[in-house]
Amino acid sequence: MPHYMLAAHSREGEAGQTMTDEDQQSAWERVSEVEAELKSAGAWVFSARLHDAGTATVVRVANGEVLMTDGPFAESKDHLAGFYLIEAPDLDAALAWGAKVTEAVGHPIEVRPFAGVAWEPGAGG
Amino acid sequence: MPAAEDGGGSESLPRTAVDATEVGRIFREEFGRSVATLIRVFGDIDLAEDAVQDAFTVALDRWPRHGLPPNPGGWITTTARNTAIDRLRRSKRERELLGDAATVVTGSLYPVPPEDVGPVDDDRLRLIFTCCHPALASDAQIALTLRLLGGLSTGEVGRAFLVPEARMAKRLTRAKHKIRAARVPYRIPDDHELPDRLPPVLAVVYLIYNAGLDGRGASGLCGEAIRLARLLITLMPDEAEVTGLLALLLLIEARRSTRTAPSGSPVVLAEQDRSRWDRVQIEQGQALGRACLRRDRPGPYQLQAAIQAVHSDAATFEVTDWRQIVALYDQLLALAPTPVIALNRAIAVGEVEGPASALELVQTLEPELDAYHAFHAARADLLWRLGRSGEAAAAFKRAAALAPTAAEREFLRRGGRGRSAQ
Repeated sequence: MPHYMLAAHSREGEAGQTMTDEDQQSAWERVSEVEAELKSAGAWVFSARLHDAGTATVVRVANGEVLMTDGPFAESKDHLAGFYLIEAPDLDAALAWGAKVTEAVGHPIEVRPFAGVAWEPGAGG
Repeated sequence: MPAAEDGGGSESLPRTAVDATEVGRIFREEFGRSVATLIRVFGDIDLAEDAVQDAFTVALDRWPRHGLPPNPGGWITTTARNTAIDRLRRSKRERELLGDAATVVTGSLYPVPPEDVGPVDDDRLRLIFTCCHPALASDAQIALTLRLLGGLSTGEVGRAFLVPEARMAKRLTRAKHKIRAARVPYRIPDDHELPDRLPPVLAVVYLIYNAGLDGRGASGLCGEAIRLARLLITLMPDEAEVTGLLALLLLIEARRSTRTAPSGSPVVLAEQDRSRWDRVQIEQGQALGRACLRRDRPGPYQLQAAIQAVHSDAATFEVTDWRQIVALYDQLLALAPTPVIALNRAIAVGEVEGPASALELVQTLEPELDAYHAFHAARADLLWRLGRSGEAAAAFKRAAALAPTAAEREFLRRGGRGRSAQ
């Protein structure tokens, strides 16, 4: 069964600031409901949340030396904040889950097919 | 490459002689049907396209010599299917020779169902909904529809939109890659999905028509769009909006030749030669319009067709039933509250209540339509009719600067209609 990423992006400086505790609580409840639904439909694989982009470090090789730079790779205001890895038979099914997630979290969701998913090193996915 | 049997024992039957042009015409007619069936059978758009193209080459060789087979469409599909199986076997054999025998062809490629490869109209319906899937950008939807369903070559699609062939090829390749990688399904949407899935299909056909109409694309696109709309009616006879779309296109098409002067300059509705309007197309369009309105499920295309039908009925611009047109625009605006429809409604109000009322309505649309040439052209016309010629000239200038084609720019620079610039 094909795998899709449902990715949520956050905009710098916007994370949760406009939300009251109550809003956040009800958002959590909505998200939990969708997650339970994903699970019972057999679509759930796993979910992941990331710390803000300010916590990222980029490692690269330049002139034979390993360099580290503070901050995320992409010079953008929008950064990956978290994602679900789901299984769905086709794009329509994945988009339907994406619609449920965006309704729950109030943020746009990028739905993107995986080219491969590997559970063992070298399995190719 | 194995061609289809020409029909058992039919060698003795008299065959229709065909030349290469006729073979090409039949191919254009049958291309979409064959490609649609092969995509379903093999689950691979590129393979289907290539195989049907190969079948065309065989037909070009055989048909002029041996005559037309009894069922050319079935012949193409069967020949293309055999070619596709050949290609798959060859590439499998190549992989085996390369020692890559472990590679398994996945998905719907194997096993090939040997049964029903006859023409199935539903396959074209699957194809149109895949080509016009909302996950694809509008220009990709249009290119895929013309290429796969319309049977235009990549070069022809490119030329129709004044895009170099290489760029059009890239656009098509990218779209097909997304369909494959993201698994855009090849299926007919359920009834409850149609309200979301039908509008992009209708929009693609309407956009193809308009590209031909307003000069952004080749004029041949108008005929192509009408052909597609007719096909949609065959595939979805119960959808009132599909019928409404064809009615609308025919009613616009009936007047197309009178919308442009021999010089290429636009001719406004009030100045068109109504004796040259195509009465046959008008009658067809009106009959279709009446047929779908009787179903009492009005939609934006049916209402626009109804508006065009009122224009077609008027012997002169002056005797047009503008009240009826305003009433139809009111309904349309309720269903599709867009600023462009509000602008057209305001123009119609101008013919009922006079330019002052219309100008008041038009002004309210400025924030949304300030970058739209037709907004400034409408404003200019109303200002001119109110005797505010200085403001009208400025508005025409602004309209001209925003107009999409050279002919329109020139026309608006002269101040619209036949009148000279202020």
